[in-house]
Amino acid sequence: MGLSSFKRALWVFHVATGSCNGCDIEIVAALTPRYDVERFGIRLVGTPRHADVLLVTGPVTRPMAERLKRVYEQTPDPKAVVVVGGCGSTSGVFYDSYNVVGPVDAVIPVDVYVPGCPPRPEAIVHGVVTAVAKLEKVAEKR
Amino acid sequence: MAEAQKVYEIPIGPIHPALKEPIRFTFQVEGERIRGVDVRPGFAHRGIEFMGLKRNLIQVLYLSERICGICSISHPIAITLAVERAAGIEVPPRAQYLRVIFSELERIHSHLLWAGVAAHELGFDTLLHLTWKVREEVLDVLEELSGNRIDYSIPIYGGVRRDIAPEQYPKVEAMIRHYRGLLEELLDAFLRDPSVAARTRGVGVLTAEEADSLCAVGPTARASGLAKDVRQDRPYLVYGELGVRAITPRDWGLEPRGDVYDKAVVRLLEIGQSLDLIEKCLHEMPDGEITAFPKIPALLAFLKKAEGEGLGWHEAPRGEVIHYIRLEAGVEEPVAWKVKAPTYSNLMSWVPMFRDQEVADIPIIAASIDPCMCCMDRVHVVQDGSPSTLLKEELLRLSRAKTERVLQGLSRVGGGA
Repeated sequence: MGLSSFKRALWVFHVATGSCNGCDIEIVAALTPRYDVERFGIRLVGTPRHADVLLVTGPVTRPMAERLKRVYEQTPDPKAVVVVGGCGSTSGVFYDSYNVVGPVDAVIPVDVYVPGCPPRPEAIVHGVVTAVAKLEKVAEKR
Repeated sequence: MAEAQKVYEIPIGPIHPALKEPIRFTFQVEGERIRGVDVRPGFAHRGIEFMGLKRNLIQVLYLSERICGICSISHPIAITLAVERAAGIEVPPRAQYLRVIFSELERIHSHLLWAGVAAHELGFDTLLHLTWKVREEVLDVLEELSGNRIDYSIPIYGGVRRDIAPEQYPKVEAMIRHYRGLLEELLDAFLRDPSVAARTRGVGVLTAEEADSLCAVGPTARASGLAKDVRQDRPYLVYGELGVRAITPRDWGLEPRGDVYDKAVVRLLEIGQSLDLIEKCLHEMPDGEITAFPKIPALLAFLKKAEGEGLGWHEAPRGEVIHYIRLEAGVEEPVAWKVKAPTYSNLMSWVPMFRDQEVADIPIIAASIDPCMCCMDRVHVVQDGSPSTLLKEELLRLSRAKTERVLQGLSRVGGGA
């Protein structure tokens, strides 16, 4: 239900949970003219309540875990969560930190992982598109 | 004061569309005017120094790169300089020039990134897209030279990991020509544009006295008229020979006022300065070795025997970054590692900058120091979910307890830990 609208208007909310900025600037690079995801209708929005997809970067630090959960709950269903970057997918180089409670899938359910440190903008776009395909499959089953 | 009830508190963050990174501001607002601000950082703290003490020095180098993805040359340069001083490693001249080239490429990409973000915060999205399109050219060159768009892994103790091959020279030179042509256009779009000037002139002012007393660094300090640049004041690598001069708004023919406009002036003019430096390096760079230790195992063995302490400093795009390191013979890990990132010095300048400004100017003032939370978030003490300040006695007690623990650990393993 309502999924046909995804094809031309996929709204994305970006949550940084203590990332090093590497992935965050690549996400912005994906939105700007060289990669220009807006031509597919993908755009960044200012609140999770308007979002279809959550882009999560960073290894999830202790103070951000609760906030990440809250953002996830604020995002309306159906939604997809895309983790961008190695540290969000597996904790990466931050695996033995006292202040990291991640990876992201230890805190919220994750649909798509985009590995890389940081992943290229092409990979991020691919991750978002994969998330949409997944959402569509869920809709077909219903 | 009877007026006090008119002051309201507005919390912003840690997750907010105007902030790219988690941080919380609490503004005291009277109508449209900001009367005071409280900043609560610490959301991006990952305990990097703590992790560094458990890893060998080469792993620490890669960890230092991940302190911040935008400064991913600056932190490795500072830590390699520190370790080289501690261990007494001589860096070949060509490697020093290569480090300068990469750090200036990083400065170009970082300043363009800032210009785009600043334009976005002003609601001028056309300019955001223009600057980020332009920025892709320098990322192409960085990718060509290092193999990655972000996180380049170029400096290593004793030199650099990759050389610039003869066939790559024309590509770098083409980039320099391209940017020289574009710079005038960018200066037009930012500095000669009446709407940008109207939004940034007199906004977020940091006077020279305030910048001096708050120890601001980098473009934040230079925009207030302090001619402060680590490359000029304490030259390292080959910056002394290249002759770097701190850029202030005076180079644009204006008396510095320390507002957001001046910060844009400094950053945009520094792009031109970096282009000159890269060109000079390409011409003056001597041939020769690019590292003192071509084999990594030999480097690790040497570092394991090294003993001493060292300080490394570098002018990152946001200002002065300092790494301190102490090595002990027989241990692969550093015994102490301390990082001072530029935003740590610049954070307090927010307080005078926000005073008596309008709520609508919060995003651009916050962005004007080019904050980098992931660099900055050092240690934050949280107990029972609420932040608490440690008193001196308590700190002393904790410190003594830790010394005891360390001593016990040492005696248990016979000093070999």
